[in-house]
Amino acid sequence: MNNVKTAAELKAEGKEIEVLFWVGCAGSFDDRYKRVTQSIVRILKGIGTEFAVLGEEETCTGDPARRAGNEFLFQMQALSNIQVLNGYGVKKILTACPHCFNTIKNEYPELGGAYEVFHHSEFLQDLIEKGKLKLENGGEFKGKKITYHDSCYLGRANDIYEAPRDLLRSLDADLVEMERSRQKGFCCGAGGAQMFKDAEPGDREVNIERTDEALRTNSEVIASACPFCMTMLSDGVKNREQEDRVKVFDIAELIEKQQKKE
Amino acid sequence: MSIIQQGLFVLVLAGFGWLLFKRVKLISKLISLGKTSSKEVNKSEALSRTLLFAFGQKRMFEKPLVGILHFFIYAGFLLINLEVLEIVLDGVLGTHRVLAPFLGGLYPVLIGFFEFMAVAVLISCLVFLVRRNILKLDRFQSTEMTSWPKLDANLILIIEIVLVSAILFLGAADQSLQVLGSTGYTSTGPFYFSSFLMPVFSGAEEASIIIVERGLWWGHIIGILFFAVYVTYSKHLHIFLAFPNTYYSGSEPSGKIQNMPEITSEVQLMMGLSSEQQGNPPESFGAKDVFDLSRKSLMGAFSCTECGRCTEECPANQTGKKLSPRKIMMDTRDRLEEIGRNGKFERDEKTLIRDYISEEEILACTSCQACVQACPVQINPLEIILELRRYLVMEESKTPQEWTAMMTNIENNFAPWAFPSADRFKWANEFNKEQE
Repeated sequence: MNNVKTAAELKAEGKEIEVLFWVGCAGSFDDRYKRVTQSIVRILKGIGTEFAVLGEEETCTGDPARRAGNEFLFQMQALSNIQVLNGYGVKKILTACPHCFNTIKNEYPELGGAYEVFHHSEFLQDLIEKGKLKLENGGEFKGKKITYHDSCYLGRANDIYEAPRDLLRSLDADLVEMERSRQKGFCCGAGGAQMFKDAEPGDREVNIERTDEALRTNSEVIASACPFCMTMLSDGVKNREQEDRVKVFDIAELIEKQQKKE
Repeated sequence: MSIIQQGLFVLVLAGFGWLLFKRVKLISKLISLGKTSSKEVNKSEALSRTLLFAFGQKRMFEKPLVGILHFFIYAGFLLINLEVLEIVLDGVLGTHRVLAPFLGGLYPVLIGFFEFMAVAVLISCLVFLVRRNILKLDRFQSTEMTSWPKLDANLILIIEIVLVSAILFLGAADQSLQVLGSTGYTSTGPFYFSSFLMPVFSGAEEASIIIVERGLWWGHIIGILFFAVYVTYSKHLHIFLAFPNTYYSGSEPSGKIQNMPEITSEVQLMMGLSSEQQGNPPESFGAKDVFDLSRKSLMGAFSCTECGRCTEECPANQTGKKLSPRKIMMDTRDRLEEIGRNGKFERDEKTLIRDYISEEEILACTSCQACVQACPVQINPLEIILELRRYLVMEESKTPQEWTAMMTNIENNFAPWAFPSADRFKWANEFNKEQE
C-alpha cells in the first residue's frame, strides 16, 4: 500500500493521526511545487513515517487574504480549517509552505487552533538527527556549490535559519551564502500577497534583484524552502537565461535524491 | 550680584521646564489618541529586551564603527549630565563648582573623565556630519529626507558639538582663572583635556577671562535647556522614547499579524458556527487615520530617529518602489503633530491614508519584516501598513483587481488560484500512479 492516506480514511480505519501533512495550495495545484509535495511524501514513505493529508478538505489558510487586508475572509478560512483540524483531533502538523506554517503556528491559536507545527526543513533535519532518515555518502551534490535563499516567513518570522542549512550541509554540498542572508536575507518579492498581483512601479523587480544576487555566488543550485520563493527565483533565473546552468530546487527534493533506500 | 544671577537662573530653569512640560504633555496626549491594547506585557521579557536593545544598543553594533561612535554620544550624553547636575546646583545656590570641596582629589579625575567623553562626542559628531553631508550615505538621501529632516539631523549634531566645546573651553577658562587666583574660582587641580586649551586665554586680562567664563557657563546651560525642548520637536526624541518603545514592543514572532478578535463573533455568525452576536462589531475596520492605530504604533512614530535602516533593507524601496518604511513612521508623526497644532484632537478633513501615505506605497509591501528586523529601537512599520490595507479593503473595498480575483478564488475555490477545489488532491493520484 503506497497510497497517500487522507485524515478521513485514517479516521474510518479507527487510527490516530500522528502527523498531518498540510500540503498547501501551491503544493496541491502548482505543477512545480507538486513535485516538492511528492518528494516529501516519498521521503516519509521511504522511512515508514505515518502521516495523513486532508485532501479535498484542505483549504487556503487565509494568509494572502489577511495580508491583503481582508480579515473577514482570513477568519472564515481559519475558522473552517480549525474546525476540520480539531474534528480530526490533529496535534502535529507538517507543512512545506512557510506561509501556511506561520499562519497555522502563530495565527491560528488565537482562533482556537493550537497545534505543534513543523516546517519540512525542521522536520527532515530532525529525522536525520534521530538517525531515521539516512543519506548516501558522496552523492550528486558532494562539493557542489549551493546557495540557500532564506524565506522571510521561515527566517525573520520564525527564526528558522539553521535547519535548511544543516540539511544542505548533510549533502556534503559547498554551501555558499549570498551577500544578504539570514536576518538580512532579501525577500523574493512574493510575500504579503504580492504573489497574486503585479508589483508597483519601480526600477526593477524584487525577484530579479534577488536572483542576480544568487547568481553572483556562482552556485549550480539555488535552494529554497518555500513555494513562492521557488516561483520567484525560477522566474528570475529564466529571465536571466541561466536555466541551463543554474537550477532552483527545494531542499526536500535535494534530500530525496540522496536518501538511502532501505 | 549673585542673588540676581541666582534669581535669573531659577527663572530660566523654570521657563524651559514649563516649555518642556507642555511638550511632554502634548506628546503623551497625542500618543493616547491611539487604541489601547488588551495584551499584557510580560514584564521580565520586556525588561531584558529593553536592557539589550535600548540600553545595550545591540542592533547598533551590527554596523560596528557607527555602533561605537553612537555609543560614545549616548554614553557622553548620560555621563556629562552628571556634570550638568552640578551646574544646576551652582546656578540655584549661587556657588561655583559646589562639589569640588567634597570630592577633593577625585573631582579633577571625574571632570577629566567627563572631558574625555566630551572629546569622544565631539569627534563622533564630526564623523557623523561628514557621513551625512560629504560622503552622502545612501540612507540619508531618500526622497522623504526633505529639507527639514536633513536640517534637523545636522542641527542636532551641531548643537551637540557646540555644547561639548563649551564644556571644554569652560574648563580651560576656569583653570586659567584658578592660576590667576581669582576670587570664587576654587582650586581644583588641572583637568586633563581642557588644560590643553588654556593657551587660548594666556595673556588675557582676568576681567575678560571672567566674562568669557560666565558667558560660556550661561551659554552652555541655556543651550542644554534649549536642546531639551528642541528634542521634543525633533527626530532626536528617540533618546527618551527608545526605552518605552522597546519595552512595549512585544515579543511575538514578527510574522504574526495582529488579530481582530472584535470581528470573530460576526464571522462565526456568518458561518453558522454560532447563533448569537457577542459584543458590538467595531464601527470601522483598519486604520484610516492615526486615531485607528495602536498607541504602540503612535509611540513608534515619535521614537523614530529617521536613521533609515528599515528603508535600506526594504525590498520594495530598494527596487525603486515608492514605499519607504521610514516615511511611514515620519508621516504618522507629522500627522500627529498636525493634530496637535490644530488643538482639537479629533478627526478633521485630512487622513493619514492619502493625505500622507498613498495607496501605492502600502500596496508595495511584501510583509517581509526586514524593516522590523532592522530597527534598532523595535519600531514596527509593518503594523501600520497592514492596518491601512485593512481600511482600504474592508471599508472602501478598494483593492487592486488581481487581489479581488485572488480573494474571490479563495471564497469560491478555497485557493488563491482559480483551480477547482475538486482538483486539490490530484497530485496524489499522479503520485500513486507513479508508484504502481
